[in-house]
Order: sequence, then structure tokens, then C-alpha cells
Amino acid sequence: MKRRALLVTAAAAATSAFVAVAPVGTAHAAGTVLIPCVCELSGAGAVSGTNYRDGAHLAIKEINAAGGILGKKIEMTDYDTQTDPQTSRALMQKAIDSGAYVVMGTVYSGSTIVNMIVAQRAGVPQITGSEAPNITQKGNPYIFRTSSGAEKGVPSLTPYFKHTLKTKKIAVAWVNNDFGKGGHDVFIKQMKKAGIQVVADVPSEQGQVDFAADVAKIKQSGAQAAFVYLNEEEDARFLREAKKQGLKIPLVGEVTLTGQKVIDLSGGAAEGAFAHVGLATSAPVFKNFVKKFRDAYNRDTDHNGIKGYIGIYAIKYVTEMIGKFDRKAFAKKMHGLTLKASKYPGMMLDTSWDNTGEMLRTSFMTEVKNGKQVVIGTVPAE
Amino acid sequence: MSEFLQVVLSGLATGSIYALAAIGFTLLWQAAQTVNFAQGEFVMLPAFFVLIALHWFGWPLWAALLFGLATAVVVLGLLFKKVVVEPMLPNTGLPLIIATMALSIFLKEGTKKFYGAEAQPFPPLFPQETLHVFGAAVSAQDILNLTVSLAVVVALTLFLNRTRTGRCIQATAQNPAVAEILGVKTKRMVLYTFLINAALAALASFLISPVYLAKFSNGETLGIFAFIAAIVGGFNQIRGALVGGLLIGVLDNLTATYITTSYRAALPLVLLIVVILWRPYGLVGTSEGREV
Amino acid sequence: MRATLRPVLLLVGLAVLIVAPLGESNYVIYLLCSWLIFSIAAIGLNLTLGYAGQISLAQASFMGIGAYSTAILTLAGWPWVVGMLLGVFLCFIVGLALGFPALRVKGHFLAFVTLAFNTLVFLVSRNEEWLTGGTYGLSNMPRPSLFGFSTDNQTHFYYFTVLVFLVSAALMYGIVRSPWGRAFKALRENPIRAESLGVDTRWLTLIAFAIGSAYAGIAGALVSPLVQYIDPGSFALVHSLRILLMVVVGGAGFFFGPMLGAVIVILLPEALRFTEGYYLIIYSAAVIALMVFCPSGLIGIWGRLRDRLGRKPETRADMQAGAQL
Repeated sequence: MKRRALLVTAAAAATSAFVAVAPVGTAHAAGTVLIPCVCELSGAGAVSGTNYRDGAHLAIKEINAAGGILGKKIEMTDYDTQTDPQTSRALMQKAIDSGAYVVMGTVYSGSTIVNMIVAQRAGVPQITGSEAPNITQKGNPYIFRTSSGAEKGVPSLTPYFKHTLKTKKIAVAWVNNDFGKGGHDVFIKQMKKAGIQVVADVPSEQGQVDFAADVAKIKQSGAQAAFVYLNEEEDARFLREAKKQGLKIPLVGEVTLTGQKVIDLSGGAAEGAFAHVGLATSAPVFKNFVKKFRDAYNRDTDHNGIKGYIGIYAIKYVTEMIGKFDRKAFAKKMHGLTLKASKYPGMMLDTSWDNTGEMLRTSFMTEVKNGKQVVIGTVPAE
Repeated sequence: MSEFLQVVLSGLATGSIYALAAIGFTLLWQAAQTVNFAQGEFVMLPAFFVLIALHWFGWPLWAALLFGLATAVVVLGLLFKKVVVEPMLPNTGLPLIIATMALSIFLKEGTKKFYGAEAQPFPPLFPQETLHVFGAAVSAQDILNLTVSLAVVVALTLFLNRTRTGRCIQATAQNPAVAEILGVKTKRMVLYTFLINAALAALASFLISPVYLAKFSNGETLGIFAFIAAIVGGFNQIRGALVGGLLIGVLDNLTATYITTSYRAALPLVLLIVVILWRPYGLVGTSEGREV
Repeated sequence: MRATLRPVLLLVGLAVLIVAPLGESNYVIYLLCSWLIFSIAAIGLNLTLGYAGQISLAQASFMGIGAYSTAILTLAGWPWVVGMLLGVFLCFIVGLALGFPALRVKGHFLAFVTLAFNTLVFLVSRNEEWLTGGTYGLSNMPRPSLFGFSTDNQTHFYYFTVLVFLVSAALMYGIVRSPWGRAFKALRENPIRAESLGVDTRWLTLIAFAIGSAYAGIAGALVSPLVQYIDPGSFALVHSLRILLMVVVGGAGFFFGPMLGAVIVILLPEALRFTEGYYLIIYSAAVIALMVFCPSGLIGIWGRLRDRLGRKPETRADMQAGAQL
């Protein structure tokens, strides 16, 4: 009895002691501007988040070397969300409490949809790498993308299916989470509009290893092409299974299917796959960036690295345009803005944002040829 | 028809891996009263030992595989028993279960930190040719998986029933106190059980990693399937684990193809609940008798 | 001495609870609310596990049931209390339904049944978009207002949470001190003897499980207005394991164990954040060490220390293990 009561006091004392010393908000040096990165550095999204952050760091290094933004150097603190939406929400609050000007992150749509509520309430602009459509549909005036959402990317494929491949019956394999469902729902709507029949609709789980049933179903359905919208590892496993079962129809993806990681992991099964990619690292316009990244970090990056890089540069350019560190003015300026790459080289491609924070930019059709992603065409921004 | 055959055959191949993991799980439960929540990670880890030997030491494949097997047996068998299980022995039950849960996190995060978060390609042990059987594609790897599991079950059953050591292990499992009195070195028998489990886990690891890719999170689903296969099949019979594993593999694929894909993961769970309620000792298991 | 010490300590604890959020950032207050909510869930699990000796791996899914019912109802305009009561009721009923067949068989079968149940709840909440918003979840739940007093402000919501916490803890205290509670203890110490004394072990265990699950419902009902966004992933199996960890680390079967455990499980990762990627490794290694050296949890450490260092009366060796049947 007594010992329990004593232990309660100990626990209470510990809690209050913790609370008393918990960092309330680290003051930062007067000559710096705080742009924290709330991103996935561990968990399922570790690779994406790390690339996003490293791309951003690259930009920060360059900008700081050239004098910073309006004379202030950029300071970036990392907050690892562990790819957990609730953690990301808490960390977003923490980052904002520390006096952030603009927040970079998160990459995973499931996290962004949660933590952007916090940023919105605090009036802090947020530059995200997520692609789920619903992120820009919630009326948040402070959210801005660094890559097109699925609602822009997937429709780019419709003319490809209709006119190039002349498909009448199509199958869709998608991962059953925010990211996959977003793309799937847009796809179904597009196919209905184009008059193409969806004969097989095959959801799968994130982290699924066995795709025998999925491929068998698609094979059996008589589809003439398949839209594959999965995360990278599942893409690789799917492609392997497709090759094994002899699935001969064109496999077309959005963003992930022709990435280098998928090519490496699928052991040759990725040959001949197509994808529409917003930020194709194999496109000539990104060659310089890819080299810079490899020199700095000794590894290859993916589209998330590009997103982080241009995100930071966008912050720099817009802040210089408005001439002060004003969050509200920043958000207002971004809406309807176009940054031409010729005048703003950090953007690498002409980029525009609309009034919902959605981004518009030229994108690419790619194919896997001889084990490498090759750009076979460009798609103009809508 | 060929679709049906395809998914059944693929299901058998995947199921045989679940069976290997389940057999080890069953053995540990029976012989050492250890419910090992880290069994999935035990199957995930040996592949990384092999990758370390291949990429960090630069050894050829056969040497790397041997290294992987040896390290698995030492770390997941011997060390696991000595460091985690043995100190807790009087208290088996909840603390041990919690410890194995913590162990699974430790192994998972450790692998992620020290090797990497990305999935790694793993060299296949068998050429990747595909045979076509009545319109269904079966790879040499699939056939190998199935054969190996069957061979393991046969070999283990023979070992446990026909050899002296095997019978000592069984005696230890059934009644350790009496076995000790009768001169069985119970501690050593328990050690053998742990070593066998580690070896089985390593074997499963080498067989699935070429297709699944080696990744720190592989253990999550594998672990759950191992428990379910062991319980559904019958956890007091080795062949129960085989039956359970194959059944789950096939049913999972059939459900995904013909019934529902978004609730695919529910099937093994529902099966588990049904078996526990209706026939708790599993489909093949025998009733334990009264437990006082 | 004992009689006067306890109430004083409880008052001190209460004072700390009241004073804690003053002057702190939103983030810290949010953490404190989180701690209180998980303490409630852990208190419930403590009843199931620490007092009735059954492992439940579904505590997070019961939180989910509480959270979703509250969210759906508050989004439709009903007051929070209605949502909370419905959630608690559902959890209790489902707990009975789940436990009744599973507890028929001896052994840790409830653990596996609850493991399966948790994942099933996840699948249903993910797939049934019409009801739960599917993988996109539900957002913007309004915060409850108590007698016209709104809890939109984080500090106000904190005090609201403290209120619910105190009521739940007091209720649990009453349960544990009642004849039921003593029957639970008997059940844990020696089920055969308890049965021989006429205690209906099966029914009792079932009720303990159902009440424990209902407590998770209360906790879930608080999660919904706190975070104002819920999705299926928030109540997945991994969270059930966290709550189990809280109970075991704190000390299963001790009244204040769950709260101590919740402090550790929620606040320790914060303190360890500076270790970046390593903290889960350190954390899990620490748990293993704890289980090896002190399986009765942190509260048990005090007892062990006292046994080791203090003088103890001589006991008959054969009485140490207790009379066995």
C-alpha cells in the first residue's frame, strides 16, 4: 500500500520534472530562418522521406553558400514521423512551436492529411511531397505540392490508353491505402469517361508479398492492358509474378513503376513496363541534379529528392518576391504563381500552382528499356 | 481451370514456407513452453546474415549461405535461449511473451538501422525457370519449397520418433520433471529444440527471400501466418504445422481470386477464430488431456 | 502513519495533474492528454491482464470502436456523451461476445482470438468507406462542450480529459475494492482454489475482459476529439501491443501500474528522441532486460528492493510457494 503510494508520487514527480524541462521552443539565432523537415526517416516511408530531406538539404547548402534568403541562412531541423500519421501530427505541432517559417513535409499522404490540419490552424505554409488527391481538396490555403497529385497525373494516361494502346478492356492493380485508393478512384472515373471497360479491379495490401492471385485474376479477365499503382517493392514483386505467369499485356504505371529501385528489385521483370512520371530522374533536364545528389550523398535519388530540392528553392524565390518573411503573404503569392526555370533555375522545370496548392508542370512518359528508365515522350502541363 | 490450378499451386508453394516457420514455432511451444512472438523476425534475419557475407565480406554464395545458417543457429538458437529464455525460466508465461514481442521489435529495428530500410534483392538458390503444368506457371523455386517442407516434416518426425535424442526431446516436452528423474538431460534437449528452430527459420529465409526480397519488415506477416498455421493445423503435432501452413497458403490465394481481395487478410484470422472455438487443438492435433 | 500518508500523496498527485499544463506549449499539453487517455485504456487492460490473468491483444481495436462511434455521432451533431456511452456499450457487448467462446478453452487462446479481432476491426474500418470513411478516415470532429464551456482550447480539453480520467480511475478503484475485485485476485493467485470456493471463474474472467474492453472504449471516445482525425491505422495491432507493454512495464496487477507504464511508453520515446533512429532499439532492449530481471514490472522493483535490502521475517521454506493443490 505505502509503496504504491510512494511510487505514484515518484511517477508524478517524474512527470512534472519531465514537463518542466521539456523543450518548449528552441530560440534560434537571429540571423537564421527556420524551415523544419517533418518527414519519414524511419518506418515504411524511410526511403522516400530521407530522399526528400536530402534533396532539401542540397538546396539549403547551395542557397546558404550564396547568402541565404534575404540575408538569413536557412536552418533545417529533422523531425522523424516514423511514417505514423499521429506522430507526424504531434511533430508538426512541435515544429511549429519552435518558430517555423514554412514547414517541409510530409511525403506519405496518410500522414499529410492529418498533420496539415495543424499547420493550417497555425497559419503555417506547408510544402508537401504527397500525391493523394484529397490533400488539395480540403480547402487548406497553406498547403502546396511539389509534384502533381494523382488527379492530375492519372488523367495524363487516359489518351495513352485510348489512342496509343487502343485499349477497350483494362485491369487495375492498386494498393489499398490513401495513396493507392486516391489514384484508383481517379482512374475509374477517367476510364468511365473514356468508355474503356474495367474488367478486373484488384486491390492489394501495402507490404504484400504474394501476387499470384492478383496476376492470375488479371490474366483471366481478358484485359488488354493493366494500370499498376503500387508502392515500389510491391511493383517489383508484381512484375516478377507477371513475368512468371506469362502476363503479356502492357503494364502501365504512374510515378513508381519504372523507377530505378523497381528495376533493380524486379530482376529483369520490369523490362517493357511503361509509366507516366512527373519527376523522371532519367529526364535530361534533371541530369545535373542527379549528379549533384550522387556526389553529395554517394547514392542515387528518386523523385522525392527532386521534390525536396525544388521545395526549398520555391520558398526562397517566393520569399524574395514578397520581400519579407510573412507567412500569409507567402501563401497568397503562391496561389496562381508560375516560376519559369529560365529565370528561376532552382526549379529546373517551369512550375505553376493553382488556388488549391495543386502543382502543374510538364511530365514524362517513360519505358523500361534494357534495364533503364528511358523517356519516350513529354506530357504538357494542363 | 488453369487459373484455379495456378493459384492452388502458388498457394502450396507459399504455404510450405509458412509451414516451415510454423513447425519451428510449434516445437518451441511444445518443448520449451515458449510462445515466440519473434518467429517472423527469426525468418527475416538469416537472409541478412547471408547478404552481409556476400556484400561486406565478399564471399561466394555457398559460403555465405553456410555463414548465414551458422550465425542463425548461434544467435537465434543458442543466444536466444541463454540470454532471453533461460533467465526467465521460472516465469514462463506473460513475461516471456512480452520479452519475445520486444525482441521482435529489437531485431526489426536493428536490421533496419544496421543494414538498411530498403528491400534488398536476394540471390535465388535455384534457376528461375518456369514450368507449365496444365496452363499454370510453376517455378523451380516453388517445387523446391514444397519438396523441402515435406522433407523437413518427414525428417523431423523420423528424428523425433525413431532416434534416442528425438525421444528424449519428446519426453522433455511432455513432462520435464519426470524426464529429468529418468536421466534425460532436459536442459540440453531444450537447447536442441532452439537450435532446430533456428535452423528451420534460416532455411525458410533462404527459400523465400529471392521472391519476397529481403526486408526488415518481412517478419510481420510471416510471424502472424506462422502462429495461425501452427494453431489451425494443431500445435502438438509436427505435421499439423505442415497442414496448417499449406491450408492457409491455398485458402488465402483462393479467397483473393474468387471471393474478395479487400478482405483477403481476414480469411486466416476468421479461420483462426473458428478453429479455436470449434476445435482448439487444431485440425490434426490431438486433445491434450486435462490440464491441472 | 499509512492511513494518513496515502490521502496526502493522492492530493499531491492531483495537484500535479492540475498544475502540469500551465505555461506549457501546445505540444506538451497534447502529450499529457495522450498520456491520460492511454492510461485509461491501460487501466482497463490491467483489469483483464493483471487481475484476471488474461492476455488481450485487442485493446486498441476497442479504442477504435469507441473513437469511431464518437466521431460518427459527433459529426452528425449528437453530443459527445452520447457517442461515448454508445462506444462503451458496444465495447462491453463485443467483449462479452468475443470472450464467451474463447474463454471456454484453457490456455492463452484469448490472446490469439483478440489478435485476430484487432486486425479484423482494422480491415472493416478500412474497407467500409460508407461508415468509417475508409482509409481516408474521419476528420474535424467537434470538441465537446461541458455545460456550455467549450474545450476547443488545448488546456481546457486537458482539464476535461483529467476529469474523465479521474472518474474512470475512481470507478476502477471501486471495482477492485469490491467483492468482485477480491474474487479477481483470488482467480489470479490460484484459480483452482478459487473455483473450489465457489467462484465462477469463467464468468468472472469474462466480465473482467468486457469491463477492460469498455475502458478502452472510453479512451477511444477521448481520442476522437483530441486529435480530430481518426483513421484505421491509428488502432492497429501495434497499438494494442503498446498498451500491453504499458501494463506490463508499469506492473500488472498493481493499481497505479498502468499510469506509470503509460508515462514510460509515451514520454520515454520523447526523451529519447535525440538518439534519432536508435531509440526503438534501446527501448526494446530495455524492455527485454526489464522482463528478465523484474517481470513484475517497475512497481515490482520497489517491492523487490525492499525484500533484498530490508529485514524480513523468517518464513517456512515450504510455505513460500504457497499451498498448492
